[in-house]
Amino acid sequence: MAWEDIKRQITESDVWQSMFRHGYEDTPRNRILMVSGNVWLHLHPSKVRRHAVRMRFTWCMGGITFLMFLVTTVTGVYLMFYYRPTAEYAYADMKYLEFDMPFGMLMRNMHRWAAHAMVIAVWLHMFRVFLTGSYKPPREFNWVVGVILLVLTLLLSFTGYLLPWDQLSIWAVTVGSNMARATPFLGHEGPGHELMGVNPIYDARAFLFGGGEIGPHTLLRFYILHCIFFPLITSLFLAVHFWRIRRDGFSGPPL
Amino acid sequence: MAEEGSAVRAVAGGSTAAKQIEVPIRKAVGPGDDKVHTWPHLVRSEFICAILVTVLLIVWSLLSDAPLEEPANPTKTPNPSKAPWYFLGLQEMLVFFDPWHAGVTLPSFIIVGLMVLPFIDINPKGNGYYCFNDRKYEIMTFFLGFHILWVSLIIIGTFLRGPGWNWFWFWQPWDVHKVEAMTAVNLPYLLGVRNPTLDFFVGAALVIGFFVGGSALMYWWVVHLKGREFMRRWGGVRFGITAFLFLNMWGVVLKMLMRHLFAIKYIWTTPWVNI
Ligand code: HEM
Repeated sequence: MAWEDIKRQITESDVWQSMFRHGYEDTPRNRILMVSGNVWLHLHPSKVRRHAVRMRFTWCMGGITFLMFLVTTVTGVYLMFYYRPTAEYAYADMKYLEFDMPFGMLMRNMHRWAAHAMVIAVWLHMFRVFLTGSYKPPREFNWVVGVILLVLTLLLSFTGYLLPWDQLSIWAVTVGSNMARATPFLGHEGPGHELMGVNPIYDARAFLFGGGEIGPHTLLRFYILHCIFFPLITSLFLAVHFWRIRRDGFSGPPL
Repeated sequence: MAEEGSAVRAVAGGSTAAKQIEVPIRKAVGPGDDKVHTWPHLVRSEFICAILVTVLLIVWSLLSDAPLEEPANPTKTPNPSKAPWYFLGLQEMLVFFDPWHAGVTLPSFIIVGLMVLPFIDINPKGNGYYCFNDRKYEIMTFFLGFHILWVSLIIIGTFLRGPGWNWFWFWQPWDVHKVEAMTAVNLPYLLGVRNPTLDFFVGAALVIGFFVGGSALMYWWVVHLKGREFMRRWGGVRFGITAFLFLNMWGVVLKMLMRHLFAIKYIWTTPWVNI
């Protein structure tokens, strides 16, 4: 009751009433309108089953993955203002960002740690969806969309790894991309490469790198993939993913 | 017998009643009494969760800085060179398999295997709630793939692999000059086959035998466990895909064990690929 008293005292004070002319009436109709009348909130249905609200059912992991995606988008835009994807400037811009830009280091840290957190969260989300059997009919297709999102999450993270243009980034990306060299038929070291006539500067890895070795061309390529291509594709698949959660209905135990 | 709340759906191309599986088509639209308003119940939790996670992220970012090493230098290869941590499971596989297999084939199997999962799993139970007993084998298989293979290989790749991709325990310092004897031999050689042509056929027999024998064993095991009726409903295509992926998973485990325990390099060497 004390809480109600405090609430009344606040909402009946002159200051409050000078700001808010009328109250929010907590009626079922208003509760539904709050969701259906709001462009962001109406991603949700206006009513959900009780278990779906509980943390111990969803672990909140899909939502956290999405939150991490949003955080990387916002911090990423900030970083883009100061970063030039060319071999002569990229590394210097990282230093500049760390030492001279207001909140530069914080933004960079948040961008990087959120990206890592997104990878972990998406795995946990997949694990949750698996454990609740939520991929079973009628949600088979949304699981497939989810697997595509998982791959996109890894690709987003991987393409960003190159951008600081330091020793860590070029060698991690070199090692991570060496596999493309060995792609059957399409890589110049893969089985069957003779049949396709591929060579070190004309094969799957060269296509990824924009040349035979990692170089400035690779930096530009990864930058565009990281900042434009994969975010766009991921957003499209996220739209499908969320739409299908609504269409297929949220999973739950039989009533 | 139809499960409660499930309906019988004909499988695409199914001829008659012979090819039908039970698929629950229940949506979350049962009696309304189980439902609560999204506003405030769900929105409130989401809001609190988002704030907490954001605060955690900011604290983490204030306390620890993202790494930035020396400027990129393509002529100076660090030892070890490691891929980003989430790919270290694949890099670890390079120890056991050729790059085309570890880097291209196995990842494709992982992705395709995950995608076909809802279509090969026809157990109608365990949809929408946590339960181990209703789907023991599915859960154990997922554990094998996800926790044992994927996560533990990442841990090995991150913490236990040092210069030269050699194995170092947590308490061992990374010695760049550590040399490991390359004593690994191929399995046919170990079995006493010294003739290169025969070696090819023995290797082929071992690999094909593993898949054919493994599938047969699995077939017998599923029939034994679930009965013929289940096998008929499951169908040849589903069984084939499941057995192939499942055996590949065990194949990876087996090959890793063979390397660690018996120093076996390849099972089957051919002029084109080695397995
Ligand atoms: C960028 C990555 C992803 C994002 C942002 C995302 C987001 C979400 C969100 C917010 C939900 C609502 C319920 C919840 O929070 O658990 C959800 C549900 C779902 N997700 Fe994801 N997801 C992603 C990746 C995946 C992956 C990798 C899979 C599986 C392989 C997947 C499969 C599903 C399925 C089947 C549902 C419906 C669950 C149910 O009805 O219980 N998603 N997703």
